[in-house]
Amino acid sequence: MRGLVAAAGAVALVMASVAAAAAVTAPEEVKVEDMTVAASLTGQPGDPAKGRSVFSSRSLGNCLACHANADLANELFQGDVGPDLTDVGGRYEPGQLRAIVVDSKQVFGEQTVMPAFYHAITDQRVRKDLAGKPILTAEQVEDLVAYLVTLKGK
Amino acid sequence: MKGQLGMAGLGLAALLSMGSAASAQDADKLVINGDLEMTTRAPAPEGLPFEEVISGWHFREDETQALETDDFDNPGMLMVERGQDLWNEVQGAAGKSCASCHGEAAESMKGVGAKTPFWSAEAKRPVNLELQINQCRTERMQAEPYKFDDPDQIAMVSFVRFQSRGMPVKLDLDQGDMKAWWERGKELYYTRFGQLDFSCASCHEQNAGKYLRADYLSQGQINGFPTYRLKDATLISTHNRFKGCVRDTRAEPFQPLSDEFMALEVYVAWRGTGLAVETPAVRH
Ligand code: HEC
Ligand code: HEC
Ligand code: HEC
Repeated sequence: MRGLVAAAGAVALVMASVAAAAAVTAPEEVKVEDMTVAASLTGQPGDPAKGRSVFSSRSLGNCLACHANADLANELFQGDVGPDLTDVGGRYEPGQLRAIVVDSKQVFGEQTVMPAFYHAITDQRVRKDLAGKPILTAEQVEDLVAYLVTLKGK
Repeated sequence: MKGQLGMAGLGLAALLSMGSAASAQDADKLVINGDLEMTTRAPAPEGLPFEEVISGWHFREDETQALETDDFDNPGMLMVERGQDLWNEVQGAAGKSCASCHGEAAESMKGVGAKTPFWSAEAKRPVNLELQINQCRTERMQAEPYKFDDPDQIAMVSFVRFQSRGMPVKLDLDQGDMKAWWERGKELYYTRFGQLDFSCASCHEQNAGKYLRADYLSQGQINGFPTYRLKDATLISTHNRFKGCVRDTRAEPFQPLSDEFMALEVYVAWRGTGLAVETPAVRH
């Protein structure tokens, strides 16, 4: 009896973790169509407050390296390699913003200097501990998208 | 000035967004000790997408720029002086100093730092000053080669290159296989590395004159190396700088003095053709 219950529990656990894993779309599975990734990578909406810190954090998005953003005026140094994103939420649909963050190269073309943030690189001497890992997790991408949508200008 | 780089307007945007951000690549003139006029802008060699090649000096703030205009203020000069002492010091089993063979550096080494890297018939490869000096130490002085970035190595390289200060960078690509090394270096310059997927050109060609967060991007020229970096409070060698820039792309850097970095040095030095040697330059 106990054996059976334990076994049933284990099966349920395995199924639950499969379901959880299936909910997150892996980098190689994301399809950019019409410059859009329509569905959330996690199946969940992101958290804009967390997205705001992903945007400014040097070790995560570091979007400020290349983009200005008036919503983060407290951050003294803002780059100008790419366009000002202060009102970017008014210019793109959420699915388009997701596509830009996931793989900028598929939206702007191969020559863009904007990194693809949800795309795993294994060659080009990528640092060993980062090989095959995207810059951001699916959750961080969703948090960012939720934040970008709120940028409607100042 | 900016218009010539095709970046008009963006610099202005940066200034607006950054408030009192210091120097844009300015129109100042670099004159050292009141009389040595330095060429800090030169017509770009054919094949570059720039009209002008521009020294990194123009991209730095006024206070940083000022340190390079007077040898009493230039903190890099201390290492040059140390190099002068080492030049005359007997080292190794052959009982020789550099001066035993080369005499006055001001004469024998004049121009060497402007043509670096150059073809070595002996080594059958391009050498920079680090490699050439180690060759003299091991083959001719029977002394230990300098370890990479040993302070004595940096001092000696700086001292030797200082003898060419003010002379225009000009490589001789007709010697040996220099052209093949140049090609290899060019290929590396445009290769994207690391998780962030940047090539040298992503920053120093496509975006020279723009801000990368707090960093005002220059053309990444090496006419001033070894260069005194205020951030590190010491002189930094060319390959150390290369290493840092590759590491910032989140890639595994090549080894200093590897074939890859030598090829890159040949190519990057060529990209600065016509700029005055500034060693020891001062950067932030
Ligand atoms: C290395 C520089 C760089 C970084 C870092 C960078 N971007 Fe970009 N981004 C660009 C450039 C350049 C463009 C313009 C597209 C092009 O021409 O390549 C751009 C375009 C965009 C656009 C479209 C803007 C418009 O007005 O059309 C969005 C949205 C965007 N980036 C978001 C982000 C976010 C979010 C991050 C951080 C996760 C980020 N970028 C990080 C360089 C960068
Ligand atoms: C025993 C004599 C001898 C000593 C000692 C010696 N060198 Fe040399 N060095 C030479 C010779 C010979 C050449 C030319 C080699 C060649 O043409 O390939 C040379 C070449 C060079 C060059 C390249 C010059 C050029 O015009 O391309 C540099 C730089 C140099 N030596 C630096 C040094 C330094 C620094 C020291 C002391 C650490 C030193 N040498 C010690 C004999 C010596
Ligand atoms: C992500 C952007 C980035 C990339 C990619 C990059 N660098 Fe840099 N590099 C910088 C920054 C920032 C500085 C310091 C400010 C300046 O001079 O541009 C710098 C400085 C330099 C300097 C010193 C310039 C001087 O005047 O002292 C050299 C040389 C250089 N880089 C070479 C390279 C080479 C070669 C590569 C390719 C292997 C490379 N960089 C890739 C950002 C970058």
